[in-house]
Amino acid sequence: MNNIALQISNLGHAYKSDRWLFRDYNTQVKRGEVFALLGPNGCGKTTLLKILLGALKPAAGTVAIDGRMAFVPQLFQVTFDYSVMDMVLMGRARQVGLFSQPSAEDEEAAMAALERFGIAHFAGHPFHELSGGERQLVIFARALVSEADILILDEPTSALDLKNQIVVLDWITRLSHQDGLTVLFTTHHPHHALAVADDALLMLGGTKYAAGAASEVLSEDNLHALYGVDIKLLSFEHSGHSHETLVPVLPYASRARNGSTARESR
Amino acid sequence: MAEITLAVKSVLPTVREAAFSRRHGWALPMLLSVGVLLAMLASLCIGSYPMPFLQAARIVAHLAWPFPLPANPPWSVKEQTVVQVVRLPRVLLATIAGLGLGVSGTALQGLLRNPLVDPNIVGVSSGAAFGGIMAMLWDFSPVGIIGAAFCGGMLAMMLTFGLAKLSHAGSDSMILILSGVFVGAFFLSLIEFVKFVSPDSKLPTMIYWLLGTFVGADAKKIAMIAIPTLIATSILMCLRWRINLLSLGDLDAKTLGVNVRGLRWLVIALVSLIVASQVAVSGVVAWVGLVVPHIARMFVGPDHRRLLPTGALLGALFVLILDDIARALVHAEVPVGVFTALVGTPVVCFLLWKSQGKGWGRE
Repeated sequence: MNNIALQISNLGHAYKSDRWLFRDYNTQVKRGEVFALLGPNGCGKTTLLKILLGALKPAAGTVAIDGRMAFVPQLFQVTFDYSVMDMVLMGRARQVGLFSQPSAEDEEAAMAALERFGIAHFAGHPFHELSGGERQLVIFARALVSEADILILDEPTSALDLKNQIVVLDWITRLSHQDGLTVLFTTHHPHHALAVADDALLMLGGTKYAAGAASEVLSEDNLHALYGVDIKLLSFEHSGHSHETLVPVLPYASRARNGSTARESR
Repeated sequence: MAEITLAVKSVLPTVREAAFSRRHGWALPMLLSVGVLLAMLASLCIGSYPMPFLQAARIVAHLAWPFPLPANPPWSVKEQTVVQVVRLPRVLLATIAGLGLGVSGTALQGLLRNPLVDPNIVGVSSGAAFGGIMAMLWDFSPVGIIGAAFCGGMLAMMLTFGLAKLSHAGSDSMILILSGVFVGAFFLSLIEFVKFVSPDSKLPTMIYWLLGTFVGADAKKIAMIAIPTLIATSILMCLRWRINLLSLGDLDAKTLGVNVRGLRWLVIALVSLIVASQVAVSGVVAWVGLVVPHIARMFVGPDHRRLLPTGALLGALFVLILDDIARALVHAEVPVGVFTALVGTPVVCFLLWKSQGKGWGRE
């Protein structure tokens, strides 16, 4: 295995021949790193994920993947109400033979993964009854038990409350640092990318993109070009460590807060 | 009524708990197996000629015994003829057909991620019926009828998937079901056309066969249904955990390492084989594949490792009981397909009403 988990070369895709969603993208995801993918709605993030997952053939370019992949979709809905244990056990699909059933060892591996995420007590619970954050952890456990090398997450924090967003982001870092997993995730929150990602790709449309170290790519200028709004980079100290975060500036609300606009009476 | 509902509600979690647990997970399928055997014996006693339960059991035991019968058996020749020639083939035919329909409905619902699917809805039964009726029109041999019904069923399934693909929906389950409804309607109109052009001598047999009936069961028919059904069911049983994976959706299953396309077509081919052999020997017996998986899911939950065997056994029990009713209710025998539809429709309506706002796995 080399140090590159995922290599994108001259990649492009267009659903109609003359309208390219993105084109001539070149970047690489290093093994064991956290990689963030950012872009406004409709820029082709989901299309790019489908190409990476092999569900869509790109119109141009190539993707080289070195390792097994596991996918965590944005909204995880199952028609049938499997138990949490059943869900995690499905991660063993590659280890269980075509005509075989999961063995006691597979069940032990699934239980160990649930214990790792501190949700072993949910093993017999129906998956439907868990909260969004708990479901996300179950899918993480499934990815872990599948012995995947690359974890691909589509907006993993989009439907979560603040506490669960932090839990999920923390686990993304842990899976990368402690388990050596390569994690690629899409997000609409630049501050999430800045907090956990080593590298990032900003999809600016057409042939424009910015790729590189998250701390460099997630600049105020790049984010303004990406979203068309002002985003400020703030630095602060907490528990003896320096931190950086990104805060959007709301054009009207911030002026209203400062009294520079007058509330009109009807 | 309220007391009965309360009692059922209090018993269900206990049954489900027992069925789910690793230690007692097979308790319900084992119990159902015994239930099916008892129901088969009881079915031998139903009919215009009275037959005590123990007498029927004794005759069956001696028929299954690999040694010569005793010189003076404690039953009359007439009793033995009724069991051996008239009732036993029919009971076996109904049991195998029900088992196959239960398995195929359960597998299809998992495969298409939709609990409102059965071989009839996705057009397989209509396609198989068209193949079968064409074979009857052209005087094919019994094996030829199975082959034609299988080709019809597979053709219908391919058309259903092709139509869904044309709409760029791929394996979107709702589009697949809609495509199945269109394909089913197309084959039904073809059947009507064949009936219209068929000679009068063949028409009554065709109509009675299409309504679904186990009348005229014999060893040849049993072999025709048993061999393909038992082979396909055995393979589906081995694949039952893989059906869990397919029920997650194409993208998710694919990223888990499943060969979605190959596995899906394998399951479809096996289901088509089961349905084709059932349709070939006993016509279209509708609603069984739709109703039975729901009842099975109430007891053992959605995991196909337990659901598929439970669905198979419940399917056998369901068809066996309805065939008994079809035989016993009125003097002139009603085709069992009429009864399965009559019973199946209200049962599914009840389950639909009961599952409002809930997942189908939690009936």
